[in-house]
Amino acid sequence: MTWFLDHLALVGSLLLVHAWLAVVPLLLGLIIAIPLGWLAERNRVLRPILVVGTGLLYTIPSLALFILMPLVLGTGILDPLNVIIALTVYTVALLVRTVVDGLSAVPETVRQAAIAMGIGGARRFFTVELPLAVPVISSGLRVAAVSNVSIVSIAALLGIAQLGSLFTDGFARDFLDPIVVGIVACLVLSVVLDALIIGVTRVLTPWVAARSAA
Amino acid sequence: MITFDKVTKVYPDGTRAVDGLSLDLPTGKITVFVGPSGCGKTTSLRMINRMIEPTSGTIGIDGRPTSSLDPVTLRRGIGYVIQSGGLFAHRTVLENIATVPLLLGWGKAKAYGAARELIERMGLDASLTSKYPAQLSGGQQQRVGVARALAADPPVMLMDEPFSAVDPQVREQLQDEFLRLQAELGKTIVFVTHDIDEATKLGDQVAVLRVGGTLAQLAPPADLLADPVDDFVADFIGRDRGYRALAFVAAPALPIQPEATVELGATREQVAAVAAGAPWVLVVEDGAPVGWVAPERLGATVGRDDLHRGGTVARVGGSLRAALDAALSSPSRRGVLADDDGRLVGTVSATDVLTEIERDETGPPS
Amino acid sequence: MNLVWAWLADPAHWQGTGGIPARIAEHLLYSALVLVLAAAVAVPLGLWIGHTGRGRVVVVNVVNGMRSVPTLGLLYVSVLVLAPRLRGDWAFLTPAIIVLFLLAMPPILAGAYAGVAEVDPGVRDAARGMGMSGLEVLWGVEIPCALPLIFSGLRSATLQVIATATVAASVSVGGLGRFLIDGLAARDYGQMAGGALLIGLVALAVDGVFALVQRVAVSPGLRPARPLKTHEAIPAS
Repeated sequence: MTWFLDHLALVGSLLLVHAWLAVVPLLLGLIIAIPLGWLAERNRVLRPILVVGTGLLYTIPSLALFILMPLVLGTGILDPLNVIIALTVYTVALLVRTVVDGLSAVPETVRQAAIAMGIGGARRFFTVELPLAVPVISSGLRVAAVSNVSIVSIAALLGIAQLGSLFTDGFARDFLDPIVVGIVACLVLSVVLDALIIGVTRVLTPWVAARSAA
Repeated sequence: MITFDKVTKVYPDGTRAVDGLSLDLPTGKITVFVGPSGCGKTTSLRMINRMIEPTSGTIGIDGRPTSSLDPVTLRRGIGYVIQSGGLFAHRTVLENIATVPLLLGWGKAKAYGAARELIERMGLDASLTSKYPAQLSGGQQQRVGVARALAADPPVMLMDEPFSAVDPQVREQLQDEFLRLQAELGKTIVFVTHDIDEATKLGDQVAVLRVGGTLAQLAPPADLLADPVDDFVADFIGRDRGYRALAFVAAPALPIQPEATVELGATREQVAAVAAGAPWVLVVEDGAPVGWVAPERLGATVGRDDLHRGGTVARVGGSLRAALDAALSSPSRRGVLADDDGRLVGTVSATDVLTEIERDETGPPS
Repeated sequence: MNLVWAWLADPAHWQGTGGIPARIAEHLLYSALVLVLAAAVAVPLGLWIGHTGRGRVVVVNVVNGMRSVPTLGLLYVSVLVLAPRLRGDWAFLTPAIIVLFLLAMPPILAGAYAGVAEVDPGVRDAARGMGMSGLEVLWGVEIPCALPLIFSGLRSATLQVIATATVAASVSVGGLGRFLIDGLAARDYGQMAGGALLIGLVALAVDGVFALVQRVAVSPGLRPARPLKTHEAIPAS
């Protein structure tokens, strides 16, 4: 506790960097996964390619992916961009399937009803299908957010500063306090992100609360 | 008028869903497509608003081939109701109903106004306006589905098994409301069902389709029941055709007999006096028949539990089927007849109804 | 890229106790050991919870909770606390294995639990109606039906363990992670990236083997298996 109070500013700044490294890929991943999921959902040929293909990316351990990123991006090994891009890849890998699941869960009768009312193409996607898929997409986003927070800390092994640096520093000095503070800070960040996503989802999907109340 | 002219639909896998279908669907009438599964009834329906494109042949609405119209414009002018409603779970009842008016650019005030009016017209409680579909019962959802299809006041309505997903009691209620609504609105309606009883109840004309998508028979319900063209149609219509056909024959002036009655709550002695030895006495409450009672099995007074309620009540001027059924279902074999307000008029015997049926010189309608 | 190929192509790197084959064997050995232990505990426990419906809330919360704990931090705490109390080669290995075990448990537990819990109640009812005993229902109906999800859980856990075993090289444990950590220390990018490439390939290969086994083990009647829903899947870290 004393260690934490003495290093409040340090922990705070690491927390901010950590949050940045976790959240930016989340948003980028979401923006990329929605069109990919849309494509996969409507195209039988592309569906397995996109879902299985992005799923394979997921099997690559994060430390390995961080290290391989410079080969692809031409960045330096210490560049935080490696972390952001690698986590974006993970987020896309996770969310493409979620978006497909969410869109497939829209009842065919609803889609047909929309077509019959002359609601076509992009309008149907944005006003009917995507809104109905929000709860499922949001559940995937929550998983991605929490796992991003955990994975970011591993980049500390490569010397990229964030809350994970508290782990490596503490370990190097045989000193538990910073590690425990780091773990708690990570948990707090996860909980806050999770709550934020839940909150935004509630606002976007008033019908879900109405249904469970009924 | 909607016209099918040699319309054929063959799916890419070679399935022939509809084969050379030609028929006219008159304006302001209900045409029912009925048939077993695989007869192409839904495909035929969905070709009207071009949810499915015919392989060959043309469908015209008031003389204009639908293929010359933009599908989106076409669909916005045609109401469409499907089995489970297809309601948008993420939109309130009001928003669901106002969908097409908003798409047509009516503006919010006018669109929501029209939606509110329809909510009332469909017999839905105004408190449901801001509810979401998941909060409604099956029957309510189906009413919202119909209201949504009616919202932009389209001249044509397509209905694909709209009442199949609800329980029989609610279905009957929805059917009655639907007929009442149609009497006011006079839409051109195409209705798909697999239930022949629903078809004959709702249709002004019924098109029976056979597997493979060919037209077996197109006729008004009474003609269909009385004179099926072949074994397939006869089989499909099922048993008791002669009896069911009576539903479409208005009862002529039946020899109605006055019936001695007792009021609900009458004493055992009063009942015995009225019965004068007869095994059954009719009980009324405020002039309306409520059931029969057997004097010898009675306690001190006539209570609701003493009533035999098996008998149906026919309306004076109703169908021969209703009159005959009233007689057959009555324990005294005297069928109870009531006026439009439900007040007792008298009774009629099965023999008298049969005599009327036999005397009907036109014979079974054909 | 050339650095990587040069490192991989050097025959010296394919020999001895620190060579590539030895490191791969080490990595697989640790992972297999942990997975067998975790499965031995988590599969029966998950089946029991799914079968009886008892302890459901605990499973869901433990699984969700474990997901948010940063693995690197957990690993270091475990080593710092336990290593001084242990001796020799096992001083670092044991704490690492304990952490890997803890991380492998939740996905396996979730898969086994969800697999059994999601068996169609009608099917279970029919089995009981035919006179099958509780165990017969579990063995003859519930487990076969649950296999796709049990496999999903095992595969998630495997990826998690392979990934975390890599990170464990930073606490002096062997395996492919050594190339990454040693390469980093020696500023030898060829070694780091070569090792990373190998880890990626090993992970893909192991998952592929699981996919094949699953294909053989799961009744064709249950294909295509529903994959774990995204909120049940536990990502590698």
